[in-house]
Amino acid sequence: MSARERVAGTVANYVDERTGAAKWLKKNLKKVFPDHWSFMLGEVVLYSFIILLLSGTFLTFWFDPSMREVEYEGSYEPLEGLKMSAAYASTLHISFDVRGGLLMRQIHHWAALIFMAAMVAHLLRVFFTGAFRKPREMNWVIGVGLLTLGIVEGFLGYSLPDDLLSGTGIRIAEAIIQAVPVVGSYLAYFVFGGAFPGEVFIPRIYTVHVLLIPGIFLALITAHLMLVWYQKHTQYPGPGRTEKNVVGYPLLPVYMAKAGGFFFIVFGVTAFLGAVASINPVWLFGPYTPGQISAGSQPDWYMGWLDGLVRMAPPLETHAFGHTISWNILIPGLIIPGIIFTGMALYPFIESWMTGDKREHHLLDRPRNNPNRTALGAMSLTFMLVALINGGNDLIATHFDLSINQIMWGTRIGIIVLPPLVFVITKRICLSLQRADRDLVLHGRETGRLVMLPHGEFIEVHEPLTPERAYLLTQHEQLPALAVPETDEMGVANPQGARGKLRARLSRASQEQIPKPSVDEIRELESGHH
Amino acid sequence: MSKELTPIADPGLPEHQHRKTDVDPRAAKKAERQVAILFSLSALGTVLFVYAYVGIDQDLLIFLPILGNTNAHQLFLGLGLAMALFFIGMGAVHWAKTLMPDHEVVDYRKEQRSTDEDRAAFVEAAKEGAAAAGIGRRPVIKRTLGLALGLVGISPILLLRDLGPLPEDELEKTNWAAGVRLVTDPGDRPIKPSDLEVGGVAQVQPAFPAGKKRKLEDIAKDSVLLIRVRPEEFNLDPERLSWTHEGIIAFSKICSHMGCAVALYEQTTKHLLCPCHQSTFDVTRAAKVIFGPAARPLPQLQIGVDNEGYLIAKAPFNEAVGPSFWERDSA
Repeated sequence: MSARERVAGTVANYVDERTGAAKWLKKNLKKVFPDHWSFMLGEVVLYSFIILLLSGTFLTFWFDPSMREVEYEGSYEPLEGLKMSAAYASTLHISFDVRGGLLMRQIHHWAALIFMAAMVAHLLRVFFTGAFRKPREMNWVIGVGLLTLGIVEGFLGYSLPDDLLSGTGIRIAEAIIQAVPVVGSYLAYFVFGGAFPGEVFIPRIYTVHVLLIPGIFLALITAHLMLVWYQKHTQYPGPGRTEKNVVGYPLLPVYMAKAGGFFFIVFGVTAFLGAVASINPVWLFGPYTPGQISAGSQPDWYMGWLDGLVRMAPPLETHAFGHTISWNILIPGLIIPGIIFTGMALYPFIESWMTGDKREHHLLDRPRNNPNRTALGAMSLTFMLVALINGGNDLIATHFDLSINQIMWGTRIGIIVLPPLVFVITKRICLSLQRADRDLVLHGRETGRLVMLPHGEFIEVHEPLTPERAYLLTQHEQLPALAVPETDEMGVANPQGARGKLRARLSRASQEQIPKPSVDEIRELESGHH
Repeated sequence: MSKELTPIADPGLPEHQHRKTDVDPRAAKKAERQVAILFSLSALGTVLFVYAYVGIDQDLLIFLPILGNTNAHQLFLGLGLAMALFFIGMGAVHWAKTLMPDHEVVDYRKEQRSTDEDRAAFVEAAKEGAAAAGIGRRPVIKRTLGLALGLVGISPILLLRDLGPLPEDELEKTNWAAGVRLVTDPGDRPIKPSDLEVGGVAQVQPAFPAGKKRKLEDIAKDSVLLIRVRPEEFNLDPERLSWTHEGIIAFSKICSHMGCAVALYEQTTKHLLCPCHQSTFDVTRAAKVIFGPAARPLPQLQIGVDNEGYLIAKAPFNEAVGPSFWERDSA
């Protein structure tokens, strides 16, 4: 036994005698993780969260979350002698007078953008592959919670420097709060400690940004990962992969090295972006004052869709009985986002109700094999993209020489017309892909080789698929649609009433499939029909 | 998955393919060298970082293609850090992919559901616990506990009450009043009509008595935009026309939609545009909304001149400025 092994043994013995960890570890050090590039998306979220904690902690050492008025005396000359809040002045101090401060600010901001982008990409992967199905519905709900919190956290973060751009964002948030019927103006006065902007807002959101939300994040991410660990990761279908097993690499050493290495890669890329790509140059905007604004005001991308919705809202307000309701703010600012996020959180339950499928699923769907879900996802994505495009309408107008008017009307019509259109097209594409899969299995791969038969006919030689590929294309289930329950045991016709009918209709739509090759067809094929 | 649903039998895991590094010691040696080079590059990155921190002047600007003028200190700090981190990662991943075993392992899942015995035992334990506490047998305790738990939530909510004062009628009011002079922002100088040329725009605030400090809360409500056009260009009803002075018209600069500063004035079309959500207001028609999500015109301020010829407000705003709120009375 080498000296190193002896030391390791002593340490392991010490820990195990006090915690009994060896029993758990012996099993879990060999835990199997399936390997696929799309499983890295969630990892990117986790790693950028760690980067955010590290870089954010660094920033707090100098940032002064106060709206006390100070005169700027730092080394950035254009703002010399200007009155501004201590928050803005300390942000300038970090940017110009702390070595590596600007780098850390930019890493922090880039990491936030990557955090949100990876979260959305991870969500799409989970959605389109059906990874949210039983038993993982709870983890999906936690994920939706994380996404919602992430948007809020990001918004609060870029509001902290108290520059002209971020102050304008806060003004808009204040208007949304104020628009809430009955209690809006009270809520706004409570949040801002009086009239907007007041002097308490920055310190308040600072506590929420660095303590409250990161704390909730940490708890939710822990629960999210524990569930992944406990339920074991899903896997893509393929030869040897079933609902009962999990195929992949053991945690130690391969997965550990890959995942650990990947953390450093993500951090390295973020640092590279922070080094070369300027982001949120707050010194150019100047300190916040409610009487001024910078042209081309843009929120960060994950807020852009919300801004786009607000921009395209029709100018509707109701004045009645001495009260005002601002539909032009409520609908795009609260009602539509509320519907989107609630619908998203409930989707796993809606789908399982629609299909009547209450079984556990560990094998992922190929998106084409669930045309309805894939089309629904594409439809929602289209809605968000049209909104996002309108959120950048001023920049698009100047870059592509269009008028704001054209883009606004284009997106107003587009957001109603395009999503259903995309739904139909996506569903058709999925069914076509299913048909192509079926043809591949039954007729083999086109080789491009033409052969003349003795009687003069030309045929193209088709090569049969490998058994692995043929299995992959036929392993999925095709559930029959639910029927309207006709009569119950007491003889009552359709006991569930309209609900049962609706469910049967949705189920029919969601089970629309191209029948995959049947056992008989395959047998016929194998008996040398071709 | 039942058999009849899969027409083609599962061929099982494909046979393991050996990598070059598994069979050729020279390839393995080469991969080892590559990993070592990657880790060394990381070390070099740290050296670059330390050099940039102590050796590159904080104000040194260098010109680079694409990036333009760049602060060298910040750039090389960042590049050093990026290298140091990135190549650790690349080294580890390359190591895992080329030299660590790449045999896929199969593990088995079990259903999440507990066995029936366990579930029954759990229900039994829960029932036993409840029975031991006697909550079913002592309804008074149950009810009063319900009452207490229902009420205890009030305290933390009530504690938040002092976050801010009640709005009262503050949202309806500004510092504008009859006779208050218009002063420039910035500068705080009173202005005469002749200070503003036709086609000109100026931002003004109400004059404050000496010693009263203008806060951001005041600016958020009081900011007014003066615009001068030729008087014949106005298309106003007689009352609103009387609120103008020699072609000068005054509007609240705070957008009636969400409170941004309506800052973009297009001289040729006489349109005011809010850069936040592109609500567009026609200056010659009392700031009527001609485009965008705003539902109301910008409030117009009644202006005139005092004995000394300086512009003054002749009355406060006749409606609340800024975004709408529930108690807002004026349409």
